[in-house]
Amino acid sequence: MNTLIVIAVILIVLSLVYQWGASTSRSVARSAGVKMHSRPVYYGLLLVLWCAIPAAVVYVLYSLFAPTIINSMILSYLPADVAGDPQARVSAMSRIQNLASGFGALGDVPDYERQAARALTSLRWTANLAIVALVAVVGVLGTLFARSRIGPEYRARNRVEWAIKALLITCSAIAILTTVGIVLSVLSEALRFFTFVNPIDFFFGTVWNPRFSSTGSGGQGDFGLLPLLWGTIMITIIAMLVAVPVGLMAAIYLSEYAGAKFRFISKPLLEVLAGIPTIVYGFFALVTVGPFFSGIGAALGLDVQATSAFTAGIVMGIMIIPFVSSLSDDIISQVPQTMRDGSYGLGATRSETIRKVILPAALPGIVGAFLLAVSRAVGETMIVVLAAGNSPVLTANPFEAVSTVTVTIVNQLTGDTDFASPQSLVAFALGLTLFVITLCLNVVAIYIVKKYREQYE
Amino acid sequence: MSAVAAEASTGRYETIRIADPVARPTKIAAKEVYVHYGAKEALHHVSIDIPAQAVTAFIGPSGCGKSTFLRCFNRMNDTIENCRVDGVLDMEGEDLNDHSLDVVLLRARVGMVFQKPNPFPKSIFENIAYGPRIHGVAQDKAHLQEIVETSLKKAGLWEEVKDRLNEPGTGLSGGQQQRLCIARAIAVSPEVILMDEPCSALDPIATAKVEELIGELRQNYTIIIVTHSMSQAQRVSQRTAYFHLGYLVEEGPTESIFNNPQEKRTKDYITGVFG
Repeated sequence: MNTLIVIAVILIVLSLVYQWGASTSRSVARSAGVKMHSRPVYYGLLLVLWCAIPAAVVYVLYSLFAPTIINSMILSYLPADVAGDPQARVSAMSRIQNLASGFGALGDVPDYERQAARALTSLRWTANLAIVALVAVVGVLGTLFARSRIGPEYRARNRVEWAIKALLITCSAIAILTTVGIVLSVLSEALRFFTFVNPIDFFFGTVWNPRFSSTGSGGQGDFGLLPLLWGTIMITIIAMLVAVPVGLMAAIYLSEYAGAKFRFISKPLLEVLAGIPTIVYGFFALVTVGPFFSGIGAALGLDVQATSAFTAGIVMGIMIIPFVSSLSDDIISQVPQTMRDGSYGLGATRSETIRKVILPAALPGIVGAFLLAVSRAVGETMIVVLAAGNSPVLTANPFEAVSTVTVTIVNQLTGDTDFASPQSLVAFALGLTLFVITLCLNVVAIYIVKKYREQYE
Repeated sequence: MSAVAAEASTGRYETIRIADPVARPTKIAAKEVYVHYGAKEALHHVSIDIPAQAVTAFIGPSGCGKSTFLRCFNRMNDTIENCRVDGVLDMEGEDLNDHSLDVVLLRARVGMVFQKPNPFPKSIFENIAYGPRIHGVAQDKAHLQEIVETSLKKAGLWEEVKDRLNEPGTGLSGGQQQRLCIARAIAVSPEVILMDEPCSALDPIATAKVEELIGELRQNYTIIIVTHSMSQAQRVSQRTAYFHLGYLVEEGPTESIFNNPQEKRTKDYITGVFG
């Protein structure tokens, strides 16, 4: 409720500022009898920007630094023995904060805590008043400054353009910085893991048996990546064996053979496959596909487990088909019509044209699409959690249960875990490995796709 | 325009025909060719004799049906959805528009060069070898190399590319690319070569080279060229046909069409009143 009111007030103020800017530009134009450089809209917008941005910057700075400053001021209320001991200090501070917020605190409340809480309450009150006032003043000053610059020569339109550019840059920076932040945090946790386990044992170990962190005593278990990595690779290979031929041929049919009407209907239908949540594929694999394969296996006298690399790979392949076909279709359609004409004009049949001209021309792009599909398969989790059997063993038999990197991350982080133990820290090392693999695949894919694009431009 | 509409509704428009001063054997005789795109009739009862070992130019404003008509000769209109061609295209006793005809073989006999140079993204050698390969023309590797060499020589490109046959065809200049495409068409030894505005994407120097090449090719091939350039039609062709709104308005020896057009629309077009 409170927040809503604040937002409403801010919006009302900004719209008034906008009106003021727009009307000022009109009156300036009228009184001077000249044409303004920009339309009134831009002067209004510029005033809004000058009002909002400096004020917002001030507020952001306040929220970044204020808690630290206030805390350091409260610290002086603590007796020396409490302030000196880090653990006691932290707990005292959180008790004080609870008291100040009116939640109360458990047990006896010492006098100094009560005093500190009172001080904190009043400090917060003052700080809030101060920041509201400061923000208002900065907003008003910014608005007045922008107002004073309004004149026929002032290029508000160009300034607004600049502000839009800045906004766009900020947005892309957020996207990039988030990625960097995630990578860094995963990296630091992974490094912590490597203080427990030798990286060589991790990357080249063939046994995965992390034990439970609560078992404590009996050593810390084996953290060999290879069984998991092999599971991932095997399932990915099976998935690609399904997805690539089917997806590519579907793409060829859609882009080269299908009539406009069929294409119009079937392409969205195929893409619906991509919209099915992977968990649905997962239990489809678990309930239908797995038992089906194991039934066939039994009929042939083979031992096929219901949850196996095979089941997971097939279902994942089905999931990836629309991904492959949609990307390949786009790439094949991008091959200029003049190539087809040239080939048909020489008397090539349709399939000759596709094999000898279109596919070679589209090949780099298609390879790029495949690599993107592989990186999806490598990162896929839900299907393998349900259908791969979760058995981290090194086996070459696709009909046996395996486990993958993603499944293991899920296992290590779910349930009651101690985040400082190698058993859960290993998840970050696994995540990092996965990230590096998909990153490499994507980089190669993007490089290939880019190279392909240059060919026709 | 209204005159044409009236003709379309009342029945027929008769093409004005002027015979050649020197009689030439006919390579292809088109009789009553109609083309429909869906329900729209794009080409109305076009009849014309294409002389052998000569260049015939199709001229006319954009959208007049000249390219559509050109594409009837090697059935390229088959590749366009809901395009229907009716009528007879008699090439030495064989109807090109007969649906039992093997289109793939036809296109080896009637080659085509397109508006924009469209070399395949393969090496120069592979570009030329493409046609002979799919038609199984070459007996062995040496023969294939020979075909590539003669084709490039006929297209006047051999001297320029003989040292870089393995480089991509797309790396050549526009004019060279177009001559490469002509060489590619020649490589399957066609009888007829169709050219759809072959110089419209080229600069004047490259255009001059291609025109010179067309003049040489005429000795051995029947050539039909669609062009927007009146001067090009005059320079390269022996016969000219003027199309307007899907009708063949007038056809005759190039000289007589340009110096003494019988129809007002032809005259307006070639003198630049419109189009």
